[in-house]
Amino acid sequence: MGIFGKNLSSILQKIFGKKHVKIGIYGPPNVGKTTLANRILRDWTGDIMGSVSEVPHETRRAKWKKDVRVENGKSSLVMDIVDTPGISTKIDFKEFMNTWGLTKDEARRRAKEATEGVIESIKWLEGVDGVLLVMDSTQDPFTQVNVTILGNLEARDLPVLIAANKIDVEESSPATLKSAFPQHPVVPISALTGYNADTLYTTMVKHFSKKRKKKRR
Amino acid sequence: MSKKDQGIAFNLVSRQKLDEFTSEEKLKFILKEVKNGKILVLEHGLTPIEQANLIERTMKEIEQDTFIGVEMEGYGQDNPTFLQKLFGLNKKPRITLIGPANLLKMVKKDNNMIQTKIIPGSGAN
Repeated sequence: MGIFGKNLSSILQKIFGKKHVKIGIYGPPNVGKTTLANRILRDWTGDIMGSVSEVPHETRRAKWKKDVRVENGKSSLVMDIVDTPGISTKIDFKEFMNTWGLTKDEARRRAKEATEGVIESIKWLEGVDGVLLVMDSTQDPFTQVNVTILGNLEARDLPVLIAANKIDVEESSPATLKSAFPQHPVVPISALTGYNADTLYTTMVKHFSKKRKKKRR
Repeated sequence: MSKKDQGIAFNLVSRQKLDEFTSEEKLKFILKEVKNGKILVLEHGLTPIEQANLIERTMKEIEQDTFIGVEMEGYGQDNPTFLQKLFGLNKKPRITLIGPANLLKMVKKDNNMIQTKIIPGSGAN
């Protein structure tokens, strides 16, 4: 695209908002990021992003799918969706052995790859236009990982949409998440069953296509 | 004296001391202390960008048999006052507790209290 084309595109974007964005799916391990990525892709492309597991750190490399068009009535938004490895401040290979029954070698390998995955996730924060932050609505929302991710996005003035996942589980409390983070839109969802996915898509299109200035650090 | 007899070091690091550091020096200092089995209370916590950098560095430093990472808990940032905004001052990070993950365990955190437990006898080194 020539200089004129680039400027024109920038002017149109300022007037009409974004039409193509890179969205990172972030969160701590085991909150359902890949299940949600699979749900979005299945609904809009018929494809899936990756395998899911009860064992934490199943996704240890970022995966992405380009040009996912999500529609909301007459408007739509094209997204490059990045499914990132879960962010954690600690990784203990013994947990994979004692809690999840992995062999010592498997546990050590998984732990090593998981540390690399966390680093990759953090690096991707620099390259996304917005974040779908997945939280487990059965768990305490005030974790350091959630606070750190939100703080980074706020510092960069990037839009964030919180998916309060696992509302199919009886003890879930999406209202707790809403009251914990009133400054961000929170959409209760079950990525597993697809419950309330339509509301999530509507909110994604509206929220991520908004015009805004982007700060880079 | 054995390591066990020495107990667990629990250090409060003043705002002044932290302000003397560059961001890079601060993270280096924290990680070095925590890897040595110390628990730190930072009077002036880390910015979100520094927190992310600390997580990234921690992942690079993990040694599976001796250092499994950090436990870090703090409160979000204070909102700047009108005057601070006017002079372009950013939000200030608040008090933060950081320690080795195999010693310091988070119990519960809400808007008023951070509850942790120190499990003695399993220091990092």
